[in-house]
Amino acid sequence: MKNIGTLKVEPRGDREIVVTRVFDAPRDLVWKAMTQPELVKRWFGPHGHQLIECEIDFRPGGRWRYLILMPNGQTMGMRGEYLEIEPLERIVHTESFDEYADFGTGVNTSLFTEEDGRTTFTGVQVAPSREVRDAILESGMEHGAAETYDRLAELLAVL
Amino acid sequence: MSPTATQLDATFAALADPTRRAILARLTKGDASVKELAAPFAMSQPAISKHLKVLERAGLIVRGKDAQRRPCRIAAKPLAEADAWLQTYREFWEGSFERLDDLLVEMQQEKGRKR
Repeated sequence: MKNIGTLKVEPRGDREIVVTRVFDAPRDLVWKAMTQPELVKRWFGPHGHQLIECEIDFRPGGRWRYLILMPNGQTMGMRGEYLEIEPLERIVHTESFDEYADFGTGVNTSLFTEEDGRTTFTGVQVAPSREVRDAILESGMEHGAAETYDRLAELLAVL
Repeated sequence: MSPTATQLDATFAALADPTRRAILARLTKGDASVKELAAPFAMSQPAISKHLKVLERAGLIVRGKDAQRRPCRIAAKPLAEADAWLQTYREFWEGSFERLDDLLVEMQQEKGRKR
């Protein structure tokens, strides 16, 4: 069975975002898939996106770099540094987007827990700045804003 | 600084509190006075008024002019913007994680074959 997990995305405070997802696989496999470049390349980015470069120096103080080819033909580079690694438990790393490097660096914490052979991934992301969040927002505005109270009620229910 | 980014920060800060979210959820069903809003909470009207001020400053509600009742009404636009932002973020990760689901199935099959 696939896709047992529903993605939860919750804002916390004015700059944090918490992402939660359950995977129907043991923790060591989820950990591997999220930390080995040849595996990360196979899933990172939604359909139409391709991770064309993936470098991971997986140790505290080591650096990582992703280059994503987007459906519009443009590339988006991301990079950062691993601050803390507790095998199978927790990763803390910094993250910045090449295009918005001037706006600073965000810090992400990833947590992995396993129960009955299923793994819960929790990612806590602190956006580096309002500008970066704004940049993400602008790309999202084309989806069209939800104007009805029904949608608002749904949003409030998930927050 | 674009007004949109500032607005988003204000929106998320205002939404960070469960009482304020409950107030907004109530207001999606229709306008209400402070007294009506305070009723379901174990909170004084002044405490509710404080939350309403935060929501008003964030542009999430507007207050009526009626001096006695000053009914509160939900303002759709900032919430819709916050929703659109979360939606983009959600689509990126949902798309990625669906591909990861497939990869994990493959990895488990490979692991099974090696045994």
